[in-house]
Amino acid sequence: MTVLTAPHTAVHHGRLRGAGNMVARNLLIYRHTWYLLLAEVFEPVLYLLSIGVGIGELVGHVPGLADTSVAYSAFVAPALLATAAMNGAMNETTFNMFAKLRLNRTYESIRATPMTAQHIALGEALWAVLRGTLITTGFLVVVSVLGLAHSAGILLVVPGAALIGFAFASVGLVVVTYLRSWQDFQFIQLAMLPMFLFATTFYPLGVYPRWLQIVVECLPLYQSIELVRQPSLGHLGAGLLVPVIYLTVLGFVSLRWAMRRIDRTLTR
Amino acid sequence: MALSLDPARAPALREFAYWMYRYRRTWRGTVVVNVANPLLFLAAMGVGLGRLVDRGGSDYLHGAPYLTFFAPGLLAAAAMQNAFLDSAGPVFQSARKRGNFRAAAATPMRPADIFTGHLLFTGFRILTSALAFVAVVVVTGAVPWRHCVLLLPAALLTGLAFAAPVSAWAITVTQFTRINGVFRFVLLPLYMFSGTFYSTSQLPDWLHAVVSVTPLYQGIQLCREIALGTADLPDTGVHVLYLAVMAAAGLVLGRRTYARHLYG
Repeated sequence: MTVLTAPHTAVHHGRLRGAGNMVARNLLIYRHTWYLLLAEVFEPVLYLLSIGVGIGELVGHVPGLADTSVAYSAFVAPALLATAAMNGAMNETTFNMFAKLRLNRTYESIRATPMTAQHIALGEALWAVLRGTLITTGFLVVVSVLGLAHSAGILLVVPGAALIGFAFASVGLVVVTYLRSWQDFQFIQLAMLPMFLFATTFYPLGVYPRWLQIVVECLPLYQSIELVRQPSLGHLGAGLLVPVIYLTVLGFVSLRWAMRRIDRTLTR
Repeated sequence: MALSLDPARAPALREFAYWMYRYRRTWRGTVVVNVANPLLFLAAMGVGLGRLVDRGGSDYLHGAPYLTFFAPGLLAAAAMQNAFLDSAGPVFQSARKRGNFRAAAATPMRPADIFTGHLLFTGFRILTSALAFVAVVVVTGAVPWRHCVLLLPAALLTGLAFAAPVSAWAITVTQFTRINGVFRFVLLPLYMFSGTFYSTSQLPDWLHAVVSVTPLYQGIQLCREIALGTADLPDTGVHVLYLAVMAAAGLVLGRRTYARHLYG
């Protein structure tokens, strides 16, 4: 939180309390539609059963992995976990926030109270992290029940999902301030779908030529998948620092940017 | 469905012209969803994952490369998705919020004309999306071009088998969340389990039996048999008949639901 704290600790407390108010407001509103979370767990489960198990039988063992005993479904499951965390968080800060920002003018009412744009941005980011982590945890339960959790390292998925959620929630906060209409959401899809398909979700990096590997390695989803996949396959090492640093920096830089953008959007 | 080119004698063409007129301004957006989406899946799964599958050398694909196996399945699945996206949401909106169906019903056009005209437009959209997809498949050489000519009507039939019943249903819908629910809990499972990505012969017998009565399975098998050149009259005839009956049932049903909801 160091980047966010102002010199005065009083402001620091105020910010967190303001963000807490945002989260509390969302909890109050969404308590009637909690089952929507189940629907968001349902989708990755379908992918896991269809592609992980169905195609897994066609693939056999995943080439390019040191451990030949890893089944294809165990390889895909952590990637789908990372994707679920990403989608859960980003849907919240793009789709749901767009309505509050442009259609319902919710934030303009909130700005009339002592709440600031910083409170709103931080609060919505925290709320999105909470949702993303809940979705991932639900999916993790399914993965474990299906017997695809090969290492206790898969428990690291939960803090990992929170970090992934934070990075993408903040990116979503920036993106939502640039959206003009519902039609613009297709640009988000245009970026998210290729990333979902090509960021080693379904096959290892080795199928690409070297130059393309470098491009893929720069994608935030690739780093997110690594953060979750390596511990799930039992690889715990200093290599995990790369995705941790990448996602932390991405999250904080985007969050600061988003705070400025939201402030400008609301005071215009 | 009178296809005479005189709109006065075929009012359905007026409804079709209305949708085409709107489409002139909105087609760019649809390219992303209807064309780019399946092509990205084709590249990621067919080519990328195909490398892994082909290395595995599974017997289930009967020696066909994975891309050749996957492409016709994806074509049928995309036709289903496009049919749903172009009928469910737009019909719901037109009947309620946007009100253009009600406006049209206040003219000498009958609800059946409105229904048929919009269905013609949906068919046009399914066909053009399929054309773009098939063109790419031919260029990549995944499917011989002679087989591809027949793939277009097969994709269109698959799409219409969904578009007609979905339109007939969508006009009765009162809440948009229902449409999302059907997409998520009906279309997505169909897409995932009807053999788009893998051979349904891999499934246990009882599950294979369940899957084989679903409409998307029939569409995928039809497209796949054409693409692989294994089509024969009994099997392919059953697929065509199944899909045609579904489309026809949708047509009959739609004429009734449109009349009830636009005159009601």
